[in-house]
Amino acid sequence: MSNLPTRKAEDWRYADLAALEKLWPLPDAESITVAAGDSFARAIVNKGGVVRLSLTLEAGAKAAVHVLNSADAYARIEIEATLHEGADFTLGGVQLASGAQVAEIVATVRHMEPSANSRQILRSVAAGTATASVLGKVYVAKGADGTDGQQSMRAMLLDRSATANARPELEIHADDVKCAHGCAIGELDANGLFYMAARGIEPARAKALMLQAFIAEAFDGAEDEDHLQAAAQAALEALL
Amino acid sequence: MLKINNLHASVADKPILKGLNLSINAGEIHAIMGPNGAGKSTTGYVLGGRPGYEVTQGSATFDGQDLFELEPHERAAAGLFLGFQYPVEIPGVSNLQFLREALNSQRKFHDLPPLSGGEFLKLAKEKSALLKMDMEMLKRPVNVGFSGGEKKRAEMVQMGILNPKLAILDETDSGLDIDALRICGEGINAIMRKPDKAVLLITHYQRLLDYVKPDFVHVLADGRIVKSGGPELALELEEAGYEGVVA
Repeated sequence: MSNLPTRKAEDWRYADLAALEKLWPLPDAESITVAAGDSFARAIVNKGGVVRLSLTLEAGAKAAVHVLNSADAYARIEIEATLHEGADFTLGGVQLASGAQVAEIVATVRHMEPSANSRQILRSVAAGTATASVLGKVYVAKGADGTDGQQSMRAMLLDRSATANARPELEIHADDVKCAHGCAIGELDANGLFYMAARGIEPARAKALMLQAFIAEAFDGAEDEDHLQAAAQAALEALL
Repeated sequence: MLKINNLHASVADKPILKGLNLSINAGEIHAIMGPNGAGKSTTGYVLGGRPGYEVTQGSATFDGQDLFELEPHERAAAGLFLGFQYPVEIPGVSNLQFLREALNSQRKFHDLPPLSGGEFLKLAKEKSALLKMDMEMLKRPVNVGFSGGEKKRAEMVQMGILNPKLAILDETDSGLDIDALRICGEGINAIMRKPDKAVLLITHYQRLLDYVKPDFVHVLADGRIVKSGGPELALELEEAGYEGVVA
């Protein structure tokens, strides 16, 4: 793509195009091939700008990518994964958007051959007038039977002026496939916040605890879990 | 300790409390009984500061402080404990983490240093033993997957750890079997029956009062206290019903 995209392009529909213009042209995606039977893990903390990663998982390869998207400027993470027979891919993502920031995670997982698994757990928190978007596509090619593809997208809005977009998408051309996707956008539980206050926990701290619990699942089992959870917690506290 | 004067409160613009007067001194245990819809739970929520419960008239002071000037978490730090009829589930936050945060938040309010992990665990063990609650339960998320009785016992463990001056316990006896009722009752006595503490029990039934003997019993009907007496009033209510006693 050489021209600046417009909103008509599905993958750029919620992007901050003004910010993107300054970053254009984008560098090519970092391309990584995980050889048959090998494992790969990557943690990405994006503090602004566009991060692009393209993975190819050969037969029986395993990859786990965990991303934290938080900045005071436009932050976008694009992940593509192409899965061959019996490959296993995990994507755990958290984005924390505040101010007028636009944060987005765009994930495309392609099951090209049978019996590959993919799991995506993506959690967004948006405050102020920020926009946090998750666009996730799972494509299952013809003949990729025995595919297990799961997508879970959840977003929490801290202010009524914030926006969250979640777009799970499935395109399935095989018959014997297990694909599940769920998405939910909500607000912090007011009863829980009052319960915490009634025990003496300050409102900002109560929110932080609940949000920490909300995002924790995305980093479960990450190789660098402690570091990611700590970075997310610091970003959360800054956001509140 | 607690002085409520001519309290009026509304929920969604509907008046619920209509001139409540109540005075509780240190060392006393009071019980408020009354029919459904009388305003019992509202009394607890208004004193605890739950959003949506609006005070329209009257006052409440706690140790001389205007209670309604304080935020809910400040009321807790000042020593007010509100026991919930329906304790709230908080997925992903363990009981231990929740309680340690709560206790240290209250200590911070009083310029006290936070309790260390070890000190806190020792306290948590002591109080959960008092309520015959397995420490393993406290490692689980707050109230998630707890039975009704376990939630109420967990509340009493919280009360033991936070060590309030005044406990307002909203139907702590609901959902409890006979053994759990006795354990909770004994827990309330052990934690709160002290010369410098006080309890306000909100209940429908006499049965909790068999374990936690109140000094005063009040009947709440249509948003105000219509009758007050000693523990014998609860027995009278049990026999004659609210209609019989209030009429």
